[in-house]
Amino acid sequence: MKKLMLLALALWFGVGIAQAKEAAELAEDPVIEKRLMILSEELRCLVCQNETLAASRADLAEDLRREIRQKMREGLSDKEIVDYLVERYGDFVLYNPAVKPKTAMLWFGPFVLMAGGVLFLIYYLKRRRTRIVEQPLSEEEHRKASALLNEGENK
Amino acid sequence: MNRFLIPLGIFIVLVIFLGIGLTLNPREVPSPLIDKPAPEFQLTRLDDPDQMLGRKDMLGKVWLLNVWASWCVSCREEHPHLVELAQRNIVPIYGLDYKDKRDDALAWLNEFGNPYTASIMDVDGKIGIEYGVYGVPETFVIDKQGIIRYKQIGPVTPEALETKILPLVKELQQG
Repeated sequence: MKKLMLLALALWFGVGIAQAKEAAELAEDPVIEKRLMILSEELRCLVCQNETLAASRADLAEDLRREIRQKMREGLSDKEIVDYLVERYGDFVLYNPAVKPKTAMLWFGPFVLMAGGVLFLIYYLKRRRTRIVEQPLSEEEHRKASALLNEGENK
Repeated sequence: MNRFLIPLGIFIVLVIFLGIGLTLNPREVPSPLIDKPAPEFQLTRLDDPDQMLGRKDMLGKVWLLNVWASWCVSCREEHPHLVELAQRNIVPIYGLDYKDKRDDALAWLNEFGNPYTASIMDVDGKIGIEYGVYGVPETFVIDKQGIIRYKQIGPVTPEALETKILPLVKELQQG
């Protein structure tokens, strides 16, 4: 029993040390961690493609965060780090890709589609207005209509 | 009649776009490294930790860089094709053993066969990042000047070998 308790105690301490180690890495430099958080929100994890680099727990994301941390310590600017990643992984890593001929469709496509839709809507409404032509009633119809109306009133 | 033609037309265009979308693999992110010099590396060999191997050792020949790992499941799928390719003696295959343990990697090669002229160890995945690796296995075709000419993302299939990789290798070897 005593042995078991000792073992449990040892394990418990072991866990404590492991956690402390993880926390130490985070606490090492709050300025860099803050920069890393902000920058990695803008970057896509290539393994879990709909996650940011900040949110992903994939191995590669962890490696990339470590790499970015390292580069920040070396004094690289955010832009230099982003360029470094784009050079290797392409524009796909950016949630906010630069505007250039290759990404024009991405940036302007939706607006072109919307403009097309609005133009079509205007055209359609105009055409519909011309299609509703008021037909004047003939003498006969007038008489029938007023007869019907009078009927309702007299009741 | 006309009333139906316009929506039908729009619908068909949409279906075509979505159809094309279905045939694309979102995992295949085109590499910006194509036609760029392969990143430098200098790593220890898997079979001999005292020996180093670098990019410049390969200059002057066309070679394949296959990124693999013993923990990687799809690597098992492509491995027989690599072993067969190695037996045909067309092009040397170098392995980048990605984030792996030496003992595991050696045991894996023992079990499944070793198609590699040599494997080098990228223990912390740094060279993987340099090469834009994001999903093992990946295979690069690198020419005599050390320039990346093609990247296969995911397992090498016999089809990819015959239609893309080998024709390109032959062309580069002549050049």
